[in-house]
Amino acid sequence: MNMQVENRGRVLREHFGIAAASGQYVIALAGNPNVGKSTVFNALTGLRQHTGNWPGKTVDNAQGTFTYQKKPFLLVDLPGTYSILAHTVEEQVARDFICFGQPDATLVVLDATCLERNLNLALQVMEITPHVVVCVNLMDEARKKKIAIDVPALEKELGVPVVATAARRGEGLDTLRETLYQVSTGVRKSKPRQLVYSPAVEKAVEHLIPTVQRLIDHKLNPRWVALRLLDGDRAFIESISRHLELQLNPKALQEVAAL
Amino acid sequence: MSGTVKPMTTIATICTEADKIRLSSDNTLGDTIVSDIYANAEQIARKVVTHKKQGQSSWDTRLDDILTSRLFGYPIMLALLGTIFWLTIEGANVPSGMIADVLFVFQDQLTEWFTLAGAPTWLHGVLVLGLYRALAWVVSVMLPPMAIFFPLFTLLEDLGYLPRVAFNMDSLFKSCRACGKQALTMCMGFGCNAAGIVSCRIIDSPRERLIAMLTNNFVPCNGRFPTLIAIATIFVGGTFASEYEAVVTSLIITAIVLLGIATTFAVSWLLSHTILKGEPSSLVLELPPYRPPQIGAIIYRSLIDRTLFVLKRAVIMAAPAGAITWILANIYIGDLSILGHLVDWLQPLGYAIGLDGFILLAFILGLPANEIVVPILLMSYLATGQMIELDSLDELRQVLLDHGWTWLTAVCSMLFCLLHWPCTTTLLSAYKESGSVKWTFLSFLIPTLIAFAVCFVIAQTARGLGLA
Repeated sequence: MNMQVENRGRVLREHFGIAAASGQYVIALAGNPNVGKSTVFNALTGLRQHTGNWPGKTVDNAQGTFTYQKKPFLLVDLPGTYSILAHTVEEQVARDFICFGQPDATLVVLDATCLERNLNLALQVMEITPHVVVCVNLMDEARKKKIAIDVPALEKELGVPVVATAARRGEGLDTLRETLYQVSTGVRKSKPRQLVYSPAVEKAVEHLIPTVQRLIDHKLNPRWVALRLLDGDRAFIESISRHLELQLNPKALQEVAAL
Repeated sequence: MSGTVKPMTTIATICTEADKIRLSSDNTLGDTIVSDIYANAEQIARKVVTHKKQGQSSWDTRLDDILTSRLFGYPIMLALLGTIFWLTIEGANVPSGMIADVLFVFQDQLTEWFTLAGAPTWLHGVLVLGLYRALAWVVSVMLPPMAIFFPLFTLLEDLGYLPRVAFNMDSLFKSCRACGKQALTMCMGFGCNAAGIVSCRIIDSPRERLIAMLTNNFVPCNGRFPTLIAIATIFVGGTFASEYEAVVTSLIITAIVLLGIATTFAVSWLLSHTILKGEPSSLVLELPPYRPPQIGAIIYRSLIDRTLFVLKRAVIMAAPAGAITWILANIYIGDLSILGHLVDWLQPLGYAIGLDGFILLAFILGLPANEIVVPILLMSYLATGQMIELDSLDELRQVLLDHGWTWLTAVCSMLFCLLHWPCTTTLLSAYKESGSVKWTFLSFLIPTLIAFAVCFVIAQTARGLGLA
């Protein structure tokens, strides 16, 4: 267990330029552009943030810290993207972090006024990791536009905690902190809804899963990896071989040593 | 050590396996996955979101349904394009003539002053007949169409129509295995090919970016529009009843633009099946809400940023080019001017592709900026011959006819103008963006070969059939 934590610290440092203190919970912050993601980020972290670039990428990176229930948290602001199918550098950065950075929780901020479009991102994140908190932001604007959102129903549909906020007015932030705390410390476990695909896709996935499972050994959701392979996503295949190689190396060395 | 090697090979095997499945289903799995995610999101949203009032969002959704529909999308695009050209051509005639009148009256005045001051003939030639006349031509031929075309184009941009164009064209680009964003860089190319090439940065895959850069030149930039419009107007003039002239001219220009777009697709397809092989990537394109246009901003952006910018560039290029052309035309080696020698030398090649030596030379001298091709051409036609007052398009037409222009010359000139090599600014941008001499050279070579090939085939066919 301890070795795993150490390993994650190294991955965060070397691949993402993020130095998390030991015992600090890492939370990734994802969302479409213009959903008030930065407002949420600022509201949670206050002035305790610092900005830079993702290593080797011209994409901005902001990190901030906050303390809740005497536990330290590190909030990592991912680039605003519509999806994480990785067609752009931004999407690739966001996807790689959620996938290989192993954050303790991923907070997905959605725009209440166009929930349908925003849900795509949440569903994609939920395919990668079960530790997801969904924040439906801009509730005040939705009210103005006479859009009503049934939050408990959404929570049931998604199978992950959903918090409604109006970050500009500070609405719902306390609940958000509490939920983030529960999810990242593992107090609250969720069972996210898995996407149902067309029969052709499902059949192809089923066909690939056994081989994928053998390769990635529970480090990633095999179903999701199979889907990316079917996408023909070259960038992902590069990422996966880079990151998995790094994590497999010590084990391989041990095996060699044992011989 | 086998432990480190094994996972790599397994990845490779899985990839081959996945690729086999992917290709056996016609490469549609990626799209199916994306639309399935959307279907899931829609299903959830329907359960949890209630709209009390439909309000504003409904009319723009309905408008989007029409503008991006399979049935009406393309006809509407064509109609809008045609209308813009028609307004430009119809509207530019009168002010063009007026500006030309004023500027050429001033030329006479200048000539008088030069005579009064006892200036030598060569000085008057270089400065007035060369430099000033080229400037006057650039301004009177280019300014009015630009001052109408750019605001109209900017208006469409401001209304939010261009993203819809990109949306409509996405499937076409995809079937050429290129990126849908190429529609946007292509639209930028209508403004300026150099800007179009720089805008290719928005395309993330290097392969698709190169395709977009290599084909950007096939849409006429605003340096070439005036040339196309001038030639089309001159040659339609007189052949049709005057009330139809502008309509026919705008149809011709629209056809030329469509041909350019078709060439873009053809070359993209060819590239992605030969030297730039690969699969297209899909993208999420957000259709922004329609906005009421900001008239002030449109006028500022289109007139200051675009019209004056292009005009300034043209003037800076045209002034020395005019002077040089005059000098070339008036320095004699043997019994022929330098210009004459060059023209004679280029004549066989020019004739083979439906042009003549003068036109080909004008295109070559126009390499720094496409705007100055027509002024250079007229300068070289007129520099040696007798002085003619060019204050109307009819007389301009006479000059061209006197130099043996036929409909075939006009058609080939327009095609050559559409397809030929990019200007130096564009080449420079291509070099900066690709960082490679090889791709820059290809972005010169491909259009050049196509221009020569197309014009050659058309000219030879027309002559062979005895049409010209």
